[in-house]
Amino acid sequence: MALSHLSSTRSNRLLRPLAAAASSLCRPISTSTEPLVIETSIPFTPHKCEPPSRSVETNPQELLTFFRDMATMRRMEIAADSLYKAKLIRGFCHLYDGQEAVCVGMEASINKKDCIITAYRDHCTFLGRGGTLLEIFSELMGRQGGCSKGKGGSMHFYKKESGFYGGHGIVGAQVPLGCGLAFAQKYNKDENATFALYGDGAANQGQLFEALNISALWDLPIILVCENNHYGMGTAEWRAAKSPSYYKRGDYVPGLKVDGMDVLAVKQACKFAKEHVLKNGPIILEMDTYRYHGHSMSDPGSTYRTRDEISGVRQERDPIERVRKLVLGHDLATEKELKDIEKEIRKEVDEAIAKAKESPMPEPSELFTNVYVKGFGTESFGADRKELRATLP
Amino acid sequence: MWGIVGQRACRHGSSAMSLQGTRPVIHALRSFSTAAKEMTVRDALNSAIDEEMSADPKVFLMGEEVGEYQGAYKITKGLLEKYGPDRVLDTPITEAGFTGIGVGAAYHGLKPIVEFMTFNFSMQAIDHIINSAAKSNYMSAGQISVPIVFRGPNGAAAGVGAQHSQCYASWYASCPGLKVLAPYSSEDARGLMKAAIRDPDPVVFLENELLYGESFPVSAEVLDSSFCLPIGKAKIEREGKDVTITAFSKMVGYALKAAEILSKEGISAEVINLRSIRPLDRATINNSVRKTNRLVTVEEGFPQHGIGAEICASVVEDSFEYLDAAIERIAGADVPMPYAANLERLAVPQVEDIVRAAKRTCYRSSSLAATA
Repeated sequence: MALSHLSSTRSNRLLRPLAAAASSLCRPISTSTEPLVIETSIPFTPHKCEPPSRSVETNPQELLTFFRDMATMRRMEIAADSLYKAKLIRGFCHLYDGQEAVCVGMEASINKKDCIITAYRDHCTFLGRGGTLLEIFSELMGRQGGCSKGKGGSMHFYKKESGFYGGHGIVGAQVPLGCGLAFAQKYNKDENATFALYGDGAANQGQLFEALNISALWDLPIILVCENNHYGMGTAEWRAAKSPSYYKRGDYVPGLKVDGMDVLAVKQACKFAKEHVLKNGPIILEMDTYRYHGHSMSDPGSTYRTRDEISGVRQERDPIERVRKLVLGHDLATEKELKDIEKEIRKEVDEAIAKAKESPMPEPSELFTNVYVKGFGTESFGADRKELRATLP
Repeated sequence: MWGIVGQRACRHGSSAMSLQGTRPVIHALRSFSTAAKEMTVRDALNSAIDEEMSADPKVFLMGEEVGEYQGAYKITKGLLEKYGPDRVLDTPITEAGFTGIGVGAAYHGLKPIVEFMTFNFSMQAIDHIINSAAKSNYMSAGQISVPIVFRGPNGAAAGVGAQHSQCYASWYASCPGLKVLAPYSSEDARGLMKAAIRDPDPVVFLENELLYGESFPVSAEVLDSSFCLPIGKAKIEREGKDVTITAFSKMVGYALKAAEILSKEGISAEVINLRSIRPLDRATINNSVRKTNRLVTVEEGFPQHGIGAEICASVVEDSFEYLDAAIERIAGADVPMPYAANLERLAVPQVEDIVRAAKRTCYRSSSLAATA
């Protein structure tokens, strides 16, 4: 039981033989909630605030959940890549692999009454909020079983009952919308907060500053989270922003720069941010993260960055590998057990895809549903209004 | 009798004077319970918003100068005092930001009323109106509904120039997912505003600055706090049998004046007050044209791709065989609004334009030899 209080990997190496012997006595480890304190990769960089501590409280169960959740997201995005190339997914498909730690760390510090709103790179965020693989793949393939019944597509996933408000295609629009969610939470005296995620590309949008100004004036419980993956589509941050210190761009609004590839740092920062905004109004979190894929499936992602850079990040900073090392280093599971989890995930994803493929396309009558909540019997028309018309309920 | 004379006078816009003059008489008439009370459009809007805010704590108001200034056009007068700064919010001059915040609040279940000081400024926020509000219920297959009202003065005022005079009816009415309303009278203002606030979908509510001060008679039913008008239904303001004239907002008043003039020349015009631009009451319009066989559409906005164009297409598609003459469109001039008073007068429809067009449909054009 002394094993659970290790806080540095250096001492682990010394204790490993002991650990190996003791490990067979310590199963099942994955359900242990014995506290574990782990340091973040780097300290937080603050702007106009006192940063939280680098020491993050976690436990074996949480770490293994992190591993499982991020590995599921990784596998899901890679499977989406194949489906897109097989032309089963059409239009836009923006993949999140590499950035998993941001949404997973965030979920660990909040509840489903807190709200999250993001842009179009939303598959994993949706999964984190309680979405299922089946409804994700069904939606991506435009089927009835999709979370938006096939009518939204990749960029328009929503789960209102667990506080996920999309899924937005217009760069930057989600930030004022998120401030509106926070406004409603304050209006209702909810004691909950909203996380509005946006990229380094969106960080220069005027409406962001307009909404931030109002949020600061009205003390709204809003956390702006810049997922800085350093490229706005094909434009590197230094070519788009005069000041790429996105955590400082709030000026009078405090900020924190976080290693977005370290799920524990993300968790700590989000916990800190939620407490802050419930008392003091807005804060900006800049998550230093990276996407392995290009901007979308139409972008190879290698014309504006080198393959060395991409593989370098994968080797040095991959969020799943970090957690794998932590889990192995603290002897919370064996390599084989982790590999087994990954195999299980692969199977789950494949099964979800197979089931999603069976879901039918929407009925033609669905063309005319949900235009309004209350249609008052208005008529709506198809391309040839003498051929196709419907009464909106 | 005073009451009836009072009504006519009001419809023709000389409201302020006649109201002052008739007030004591109207008091006496009230006990006879016919439509004796008068109300300005401004008061109609104010009272409607007030009553809905009182009835539903989720309704709140935001916009520039809506609170402490009492409203740029005094529509929201007294509401800050009554409901407090948590429900009546003065915003900075940042339409994109505050409109997005309003839509986000609606996503979460509140019922915002977002004011644009004029709809010209709504262009700064149009992405949120269209992409964040109008389309969300569809894209989310019903998960995210947006019970929001965007309101403010629309169209030409007086001498405010090109950037402050545009009519946005056809821009917003072309978008599925939005409802677009345009009141004319105080009854319209009260009933449609209440309907808009209660409606679960995003509503664009197009007021008119020059109508705010006009007074109209309002019955006890209209004054009741439960009064509401249906969305998607036009009103036949004046029945007729020779030609149908459609109009909305300020132009309804002009159409009614034109109908008066036409009646003296033996042409009986039916005036339809559209009230609802989207959904458009195609049934009422078509039924009227099937009766009269002639149509003049009137609007203040730019002619190309305007409301009249849609009405014309609808009638040609659904009632072609009933038309005895080509459809006429009266609209604002196809130019940015000039400042000089004489040019401005040429840039907006006048009553004589409507009369002339109606006569043309009756083959009584003054440019041809006219016989009664």
